[in-house]
Amino acid sequence: MSQKTRLKVRVDRARCQGHARCNALAPELFDLDELGNAREIGDGSVPAGLEDKAWLARANCPELAIDVIEEQDG
Amino acid sequence: MSPRPPVNDWERDFDHLDPRWIENPYPIWDELRRHCPIAHTDRFQGVYFPSRYEDVRAVAYDTEHFSSRRIVVRETAPPRQPAPPITSDPPHHRPAKTALLPAFTPEAIGRHEPRTRDICRELLDRVAGKPGCDAAVDYAQEIPVRVIAHMLGVPEQDGDLFRKWIHEVLELGITDDQALARASAEMTAYFSERMTDRRTSPRDDLISYFVRARIDGELMTEQHINGTLRLLLIAGIDTTWSAIGSCLWHLASHPADRERLLAEPKLMPFAVEEFLRAYAPVTMAREVVADTQVNGCRFKAGQMVLLSFPAANRDPAVFSDADRVVIDRKENRHAAFGLGIHRCVGSNLARMEIRVALQEWLARIPAFRLDANGAVKWSEGTVRGPRRLPVLFG
Repeated sequence: MSQKTRLKVRVDRARCQGHARCNALAPELFDLDELGNAREIGDGSVPAGLEDKAWLARANCPELAIDVIEEQDG
Repeated sequence: MSPRPPVNDWERDFDHLDPRWIENPYPIWDELRRHCPIAHTDRFQGVYFPSRYEDVRAVAYDTEHFSSRRIVVRETAPPRQPAPPITSDPPHHRPAKTALLPAFTPEAIGRHEPRTRDICRELLDRVAGKPGCDAAVDYAQEIPVRVIAHMLGVPEQDGDLFRKWIHEVLELGITDDQALARASAEMTAYFSERMTDRRTSPRDDLISYFVRARIDGELMTEQHINGTLRLLLIAGIDTTWSAIGSCLWHLASHPADRERLLAEPKLMPFAVEEFLRAYAPVTMAREVVADTQVNGCRFKAGQMVLLSFPAANRDPAVFSDADRVVIDRKENRHAAFGLGIHRCVGSNLARMEIRVALQEWLARIPAFRLDANGAVKWSEGTVRGPRRLPVLFG
């Protein structure tokens, strides 16, 4: 991965069933609502150093509800 | 249980109550996955058994053809007894589930963790000085029953009653309609009395929460709440006790994993997920309500489908080293709590109970092994876990 790549996470709210794995594995990136369903925090931008947690969350979502988007800087 | 004709053909005449399936189903499922990924039996008035993750997912997602109005495969179809939301289909499912969810978020469940930890310690106090114990009877089965009693706001001793009902519904009830009806009537009487009490003097407990909860602005009917409470007992107790028991069985028989968990306690959350994958306790069922096809296989209306999340979780197409327990597995989309709209409402509770039960056990009894003089006995029916698990300490 080049240094210029930045990650964004996004939860597909229609697919999320509230397994809450993303919030358990990456609470810095995913929040839960009052029903326990997930949403990305803020605009989903992944701070430097938390990239592995973004991929980990995606790799543990049973509903395939998490997208990790790679964006090129500049 | 009546004597059952032995199975000679798992592809066309399987029986999930066969002693070989009860003892060790994994090799049977592996064979089926390779040669007949959607098996069928004429027993139980006709049942399909998909063993691949992909097909289990397809059935779980297709609520139009596969209804949850019957979720247990039995010898005869009993009168339907709704236990919403688990027995609900769209459009009734979502509002019924939404009413429950706030009481089961990780945050709400976290409030019960201190009591859960105390329960585990009290149980360990009783056995820790002995040479060994039955980890299923003396420990695993006692935890969820006491935790759910605590959450419902009833005396923890009533757990004995809960366990009797669960046995009658989930084990005897598969072949004995009278046992099922008797247990249901007793549960309804027990909970109706407590609902009346909570309406006049509400407390900070789940029964009080339910009698005040609304669906589309309306209070839930007493019948609905009774169904939901029946669900919490039946779905929330022997499932979790089976999971805790399977975890302890694994640690008793795999000393390297046990030692690694002791040395690296941060692995615990990953280990819990891996145990849930490899030893998922719950097989659900669906009723086919309209003829359809899944991956080229015809499903006929009126028959049942065993929805085996445990078999899906062993599918090598989705999990590398599917038959090996890898306690630090990083990619783990296991289906132990179901897939789709019926995701187990108590998943956060179960995860907390399993984690706390293992942490407390390992803190008090770091070394233990299977007792070669005692036999491990596995449950019968669609919730799999050890019912007897004799272990020796040290």
